[in-house]
Amino acid sequence: MSAHARLDPPADDLPLAAPAAASSSVAPSPSLMPARLPPRALLLGPALLLAIWEAASRLGWLSPETLTAPSQALLTGLQMLRDGSLLPHLLASAARAYSGLFIGLATGVVLALLSGLTRSGEALIDGLVQVKRAIPTLALIPLAILWLGIGEAMKIFLIATAVFVPIYINTHAALRGIDIGHVELARTLHLSRATFLRKVALPGALPGFFTGLRLAVSLCWTALVVLELINTQTGIGYLMNRARDWGQTDVIVVGILIYAVLGLLSDLVVRAIEARVLRYRRTA
Amino acid sequence: MSPQVLSTPGAIQARHLSRRFGSKTVLDQLDLDVAPGQFVALLGESGSGKTTLLRALAGLDQDAAAAGKLALTGNVSVLFQDARLLPWLSVLENLTLGLEAAAARPAALQLLQEVGLAEQSQAWPATLSGGQKQRAALARSLLRTPHILLADEPFGALDALTRLRMQGLLRRMVERTRPTVILVTHDVDEALLLADRILVLEQGRIAQDHAVTLSHPRRADDPGFAALRQVLLQRLGVESLA
Repeated sequence: MSAHARLDPPADDLPLAAPAAASSSVAPSPSLMPARLPPRALLLGPALLLAIWEAASRLGWLSPETLTAPSQALLTGLQMLRDGSLLPHLLASAARAYSGLFIGLATGVVLALLSGLTRSGEALIDGLVQVKRAIPTLALIPLAILWLGIGEAMKIFLIATAVFVPIYINTHAALRGIDIGHVELARTLHLSRATFLRKVALPGALPGFFTGLRLAVSLCWTALVVLELINTQTGIGYLMNRARDWGQTDVIVVGILIYAVLGLLSDLVVRAIEARVLRYRRTA
Repeated sequence: MSPQVLSTPGAIQARHLSRRFGSKTVLDQLDLDVAPGQFVALLGESGSGKTTLLRALAGLDQDAAAAGKLALTGNVSVLFQDARLLPWLSVLENLTLGLEAAAARPAALQLLQEVGLAEQSQAWPATLSGGQKQRAALARSLLRTPHILLADEPFGALDALTRLRMQGLLRRMVERTRPTVILVTHDVDEALLLADRILVLEQGRIAQDHAVTLSHPRRADDPGFAALRQVLLQRLGVESLA
């Protein structure tokens, strides 16, 4: 064992692995890349962080005024769920995020199709979107408030304007980057323009669209956090803001955890849809 | 070629085809006449203009066609080196792409049966082997009952055994409907096994034009085979291996 200057492997792994390697007459080729991890192993980092955080709280290194213990946040969360004070806010947040996502999604797809499939569309649209991309969404907040007030419309509008950009960029790029071999095939098969779009161009752009969609889904929750700090009486962001005023770090942590869980869940759902729609990629 | 031949489906006539890429001339005032039903193999070293000529014939290179005169009569099908199946369509949908799907279905299934892919009609292309993909592509070409079949090294990416099987399959399928075939290949044996006429391209022109009169099915140990093989290999710059 001492020959291996390795620090990390669990001790009970080594007695099995090392003699086998030593008795082999063929020198093992050095592995240049680490072996692929099982998905569950990715939970190690977060679990470790939680454990350290919990321990620090219990040992009194972290005061509840600075940061509440994760176990306490979990209890608070369950308590809020039970007394019905969490669900209305959760629903309000989800309604905002998904309304904005839906509007942004539709806008992004329509603009990408116009710009990706017609020259005049590209001339009109692409430059504008590139300019929009350079402007941070937060910089539009003052204007959006002047135009739409401080209510729901402003928030949904801003989420939509943030979300449509990655949808547009990725769908447009996929349409523009169509496999030239497929275009040639379509020409030799004398496909009509409608058939070409339906059977060749649009299916070919789907992987790009899904890349954009995954970015958009996480972006709609990100934008929501900021917007819910502005004049609301509902939503997770409002709960967190109020908890800050009252010094309730446990509620703040609950809010953070909810954002994390919703973001991850949304991503999982999109990935599942993507795997289903793009199932032709599987080779077995 | 007389105007009468050009009115028959399956004829090819090219005059003064030229194509330059930058300062490099790939096709140089090339003339070509092919009679309906002829199986022509196009040989040449890499860079001799084989693929450029085929793409010009297929209408995929407007510049080359514009430089001279080009006439192909009847339906034209193209067989690419990569099978070019659309990955999001099933094998059957790939065959009937652009056709009236319901009407083309029986013939498509029949062709899949004949190329040995009856079981795979509903499979995704990603699940097929290289040889299976190329058989599906061949079936897609033949489903359109072409008068002219343009094939650009269709077996170039296949392993040696699969290639032999595919050559036999192509010959059998072609013998039934007798389309004109232009087969671009770098494989002298493939040209000798399949073609009635072998053209050797050099520097953008047709340098040699051999009729191959051996009867089918041919074998590499036929007496006429070896002699012509030697001539062609020498012409292609390969010294005798003997």
